[in-house]
Amino acid sequence: MIELPPELESPPVPWTRRHLLDLESLSAAEITTALDVAQSFKDATRDCKDKLPTLAGVTSVNLFFEDSTRTRTSFSLAARRLGADNIEFSASSSSVSKGETLLDTAKTIESMQIDAMVVRHRSPGAPQMLAKNLDCCVINAGDGPHEHPTQGLLDILTIRQHRGAIAGLTVALVGDIAHSRTARSNIWGLQKLGAHVIVCGPSTLVSKQWEKLGVEVSHDLDDIVARCDVLNLLRIQFERQYTRPFPSVREYALLYAMNRERMEQAKEDILIMAPGPINRGVEVTPEVADGSQSVILHQVNNGLAVRMAALYLVAKAPR
Amino acid sequence: MSTILLKNGRLIDPSQQLDRVTNILLKDGVVASLDAQETYADRVIDATGKIVAPGLIDMHVQLREPGWEEDETIASGAAAAIVGGFTSIACIPNTEPPLDSPASIEYVRHKAARADKCNVFVIACASSGRKGEQLSEIGTLVEAGAVGFSDASRAITNPELLRRALEYTQMFDKPVLNRPELIELTHNGVMHDGMVSLVLGLAPIPAAAEDVMAARDICLCETTGGRLHLMSVSSSGTVEILRRAKARGVRTTAEIHPCNFALTDEALREFDPNCKVNPPLRSADHVAACIAGLKDGTIDVISSGHAPRASQKKMHEMTDAPFGMVSLETTLGLTATKLVRPGHLTWSQAIDKLSTTPARILGVPKGTLMVGADADVTIIDPDLPWTVDTSQYASRSSNCPFDGWKLIGKATNVIVGGVVKL
Repeated sequence: MIELPPELESPPVPWTRRHLLDLESLSAAEITTALDVAQSFKDATRDCKDKLPTLAGVTSVNLFFEDSTRTRTSFSLAARRLGADNIEFSASSSSVSKGETLLDTAKTIESMQIDAMVVRHRSPGAPQMLAKNLDCCVINAGDGPHEHPTQGLLDILTIRQHRGAIAGLTVALVGDIAHSRTARSNIWGLQKLGAHVIVCGPSTLVSKQWEKLGVEVSHDLDDIVARCDVLNLLRIQFERQYTRPFPSVREYALLYAMNRERMEQAKEDILIMAPGPINRGVEVTPEVADGSQSVILHQVNNGLAVRMAALYLVAKAPR
Repeated sequence: MSTILLKNGRLIDPSQQLDRVTNILLKDGVVASLDAQETYADRVIDATGKIVAPGLIDMHVQLREPGWEEDETIASGAAAAIVGGFTSIACIPNTEPPLDSPASIEYVRHKAARADKCNVFVIACASSGRKGEQLSEIGTLVEAGAVGFSDASRAITNPELLRRALEYTQMFDKPVLNRPELIELTHNGVMHDGMVSLVLGLAPIPAAAEDVMAARDICLCETTGGRLHLMSVSSSGTVEILRRAKARGVRTTAEIHPCNFALTDEALREFDPNCKVNPPLRSADHVAACIAGLKDGTIDVISSGHAPRASQKKMHEMTDAPFGMVSLETTLGLTATKLVRPGHLTWSQAIDKLSTTPARILGVPKGTLMVGADADVTIIDPDLPWTVDTSQYASRSSNCPFDGWKLIGKATNVIVGGVVKL
């Protein structure tokens, strides 16, 4: 068992939120606080290997209505690293399959003395609805294509670790922007911290409308790759669409896969990121995903630190 | 011999282009005089400072019975109509079973008579079983009392069926009411396609889905010479298409629901399922275009689009919650507060869109206070401030985002066939 770092002995300012629902409503200072806390946890626990039982007596529940590997695992590990109890709730094996509403399910679970609920749902706004109607803390672990705040934070933390600061960097999000909660959380977070954000993908998945959020819109990866400090390669979400928004996976890969040829056009120190799960050969070729500039596995480890920070911040926030 | 004297009210009757302060005498269920002396009457209602209007008519109401009584019944919907100031409503046939047989129409009329609140007219299915495949027995249904034909909130997607309906109904001089929605463009959409949907990640419903269908419907109306009423108009494109069609003399009318001029898609930011309606709450530019359309007469009618849904159905997250909003009890208040008060419409125009024109479209002998007409009267206090309280609703459902809103303007007295109902 290790000591709590001094900066974490009292709940850090400026954090008063009992829910982490999105990055849109967070200030730059709040985002920086979350990143700092995550970094402290990471440093204090040998990359989140050791336990730091600052949330002993706290119980968190993972309420996942959509499949998840890394997010779910890292939230439950994060809770345990902090000494909290963590329980898993699987939608398929529950009363949800018997027709119970989300709110009734959540209230039932909450009445088992739950302190924090980590929610993933295919509907935007589901965690917001629970936050409004429950007493416990709510963390959004992905609500449809809306937001995935801890993914945004861990992506930004990864960039900060490699570049020192976010301000002034050019970060491109490439792929299915329209259906990506990761894209939305990254856009809000990165812009608040002063990055220039490019969203790049086929015009069916990246409309000109996005410019109104302050980002640059591109449909040509070759045109932007040389300017980028970071490329975040988003997965194509086949499961969310009716008429396929591009002719074929082959053509998509030709236009948007990050491959060896495009790496040659890129800055030498470019960071290659992917929130995963990655479709090898679609948005990124294996030699790039596994190459020297890839920080994909750093992202996963940072996921643990960010989720420790998220649980800690909301659980310690004043009621 | 029963008489009611409406004293000293401001009579606004667009059917006779009247707007003056007078005394009105109702006798034995009909309008007896518009210039009555202050004689003896069984009942005297002081209408000083109030508007006396021909009874309001809501031509787009879901009553949900038979089949969905957890949402609304014919009796509870009719009671809500009275509270909202309506003396007549027309129900659309999205019931279970759908209203596509004389027996089902008879059922609604019987239940409405037993409820004894407002007049209830039936808009019957345009297609048998509301399946969008073959015409319903329109002649038989007219015989049974149907005043119009529609597949309710489900658009008639098959253009040949719509063409046939527009041709066939001409024999009976009945309108075809269609919801302009191209479902291949809306799919699992939840809200208006715009910046708010982009930020929230909620599946978009593009305005073009309405416009494309409205244009198609108008073309078919024009070719057939039939009578088309576009239900639930909400987009600037549709308003413009309609405006041009009307300039050509096409026999198309259109309606809007209050939510589509009183709210924008910004309301969805709170993820309130009560704001999930179809057509969706649109962006401010569409709302402005709709208000302009109301002003210049492109949009003929204001109807509630009353769509009650039991709370257990609306208690779901956005993607799973059903569309719909209860509106009978707020339509007049929202029209007064959002259209008349800011000067978009005069009271005469508002009453025309809430009474005279819907009566004309449905071909029912209402919407007028001409001497000899049915004594259906709505008395409106245009300056009465009130607060929407869904817990007090007469409607069985309370799916309404206006709870707690302060509105100005309300019906204070409602008379149906010479009988005071409110």
